[in-house]
Amino acid sequence: MDPIIILQAGVATGTVLLFATLGGIFSERAGVMQLGIEGMMLLGAMAAYSVTVTTGNPWLGLLVAMLAAGLISQIHAFITITLGADQVVSGLSLTFVGTGIALVFGEHLSKAGVISLIPKYTVPFISQIPILGKIFFTDHSVLVYLGYLIVPLASYFIYHTRPGMHLRAVGEQPSAADSLGINVYRTRYIYVFVCGLFSGLAGGTISLAISPGWFSELTTSGQGWIAVGLIIFSQWDPTRALVGAYAFGALRRLVLDIQGPTILLGMRNPFYYNPYWGFFLMMLPYAFTIIVLVIGSYSAMRKRLGAPAALGIPYIRGERGV
Amino acid sequence: MTNLVPGKDKKHFRFPFHIRFEPRLGELKWWQSLLITLAALVVSLLVGALLLSLVGGNPWKAYSHIAKASFGDIGVFSDTMVKAIPLILIGLACSVAFRMKLWNIGAEGQFFLGAFGASIVVLIPIVPDGSPAWVYISVMALFAMIFGALWGFLPGYLKARFNVNEVISTLMMNYIAVAWNNFFIYAVWSEGGFQMSKMFPKAAWLPRLTDFSKQIPEFRGLTTHVGLIFALVMVVVVWFLLYRSRWGYEIRLIGDNPKAANYAGIQIKKNVILVMMLSGGLAGLAGMSEISGVVHRLQGAISPGYGFTGIIVAWLAKLNPYLVVIVSILFGGLILAGREIQPSGIPKLIQGIILVCLIASDYLVRNRIRFIRRMED
Repeated sequence: MDPIIILQAGVATGTVLLFATLGGIFSERAGVMQLGIEGMMLLGAMAAYSVTVTTGNPWLGLLVAMLAAGLISQIHAFITITLGADQVVSGLSLTFVGTGIALVFGEHLSKAGVISLIPKYTVPFISQIPILGKIFFTDHSVLVYLGYLIVPLASYFIYHTRPGMHLRAVGEQPSAADSLGINVYRTRYIYVFVCGLFSGLAGGTISLAISPGWFSELTTSGQGWIAVGLIIFSQWDPTRALVGAYAFGALRRLVLDIQGPTILLGMRNPFYYNPYWGFFLMMLPYAFTIIVLVIGSYSAMRKRLGAPAALGIPYIRGERGV
Repeated sequence: MTNLVPGKDKKHFRFPFHIRFEPRLGELKWWQSLLITLAALVVSLLVGALLLSLVGGNPWKAYSHIAKASFGDIGVFSDTMVKAIPLILIGLACSVAFRMKLWNIGAEGQFFLGAFGASIVVLIPIVPDGSPAWVYISVMALFAMIFGALWGFLPGYLKARFNVNEVISTLMMNYIAVAWNNFFIYAVWSEGGFQMSKMFPKAAWLPRLTDFSKQIPEFRGLTTHVGLIFALVMVVVVWFLLYRSRWGYEIRLIGDNPKAANYAGIQIKKNVILVMMLSGGLAGLAGMSEISGVVHRLQGAISPGYGFTGIIVAWLAKLNPYLVVIVSILFGGLILAGREIQPSGIPKLIQGIILVCLIASDYLVRNRIRFIRRMED
């Protein structure tokens, strides 16, 4: 129960949540709610693992995972953007379909044996920094470092570039964006696709790097839904998403590790002596998601900001909307 | 604008009709909406067949197997009904909540808590041992509904008070419910090291048709239990509540137009909590009927995803309580026969495709197709 190891593992597991949350932020910034992340992640995890088993190349696996999830995200895009259907139900159905496809195609994958994973890497020099070097730069999957890079890039993109401004405009006031010549439909399609890519990446990160393997539905075990909660907590901001994702990663690891030692904080460790209390520990990440949601929603409600104004509302050209 | 069409001068074939979608102004006739739904079902089965043949299966064999293994004879049909009972109750639970555009995705967790509530009646015990069956069953049903309603109360309260997105909170409650039940199955009520409680006394079992085989020999071996009557009663109750009561009117008004409901003085927040509790209570009753009517003990694997299938049931039934019954029987068959089908993800995949096609088909409910002749230049 070394806190540094827990934080280090938290950064690793949190990377999965980070990718999924970032994808959701892009989609929801464009005004399309994303409840399909869990299904797309599972599909991505399956595709990544399956391709790596056949070809032996994890990078190819990751690429296919992203494309597969991106492709399936377009179902959601078509139904919500072109057909203007309810985004909640459509997102749910996307999760059902993604899960179904992943389970069908991943039928015999769990017995696939050892595969090559995404390599790990320790950054020279920086990893020598006490504590922080160990937590952030020692023996992490390359994908974790990718996470460090993507967050500032995403932030810069959303707040400081022209396409990022278009993205926000489409999510806040599509009719105004349309009148300025931004193609609302196309923009939304693109960012739903981007969300698919990120979700696929998150899924591939699970099965090829963080907890390698294919365990059917347990591969993601609801992390896609936690990501949906984190989107709200992050208030659609990549940097806050990073903090939330790593904190949740650390929590997931803490729940596992806390049952190990016999002495905890100078007392007999109740979780060691009553192993069944572990079930209550297992509830913690999910309970925390609810708490985080309460905090996020409450502060958004008080400040009267947060959610993109057009989130969840289909845009129909020429109709009176927001 | 017609002169600006590119390539107009070239003589190539042009489809002689425009196809245009226009918003429908009037209400759909019932047969139109039925036709659209059936078309969506057919399309989804075709898409499913395509995917099945992609993974090397024989879709027609799979479909005919599903039909035979669920509706082939009276014995399997009775088993199909057993699967349909929780689906009816959960379909109702989802219909009530969805009618108000309240997305209760937590029926699975409410189902588990309902099973838990029914179990404590026997296992603590709340009812003294040796009580008559009617005491057991009514108290178990009551406790199941209370616990399910409690599990629905929390997300409802958070939604009303803090505007917490109920989709995520109810989903998280599902995971918590499973861990909660597991704790009691593994640690408290574990029977001889197995992950299940002891068998309930006979008085706590819902009577099955086969129990009456002495009087009516045709019932021998039929597993359909009294839970079906619970479910059908609830169908009428929910229909009455939604379409014949003042409360139902409020629920429907909030679902259709929350602003208007607010101006009309309807308390939306109160209704969010109450509807979540009603929804949870119905799902909880499904949990009771499952453990009291089928497995007769509390154990882990009591639901093959009833809570999620219930969502699709409600949607396919267009939130109509009577249609929920018919759709539940169909999906009960799918679940029953789906257990033997390889690969095992197929029932889930088919359910997902059905939901996708249904939502897409809603476009035709809201819009009509018009064929417009092109003007000859």
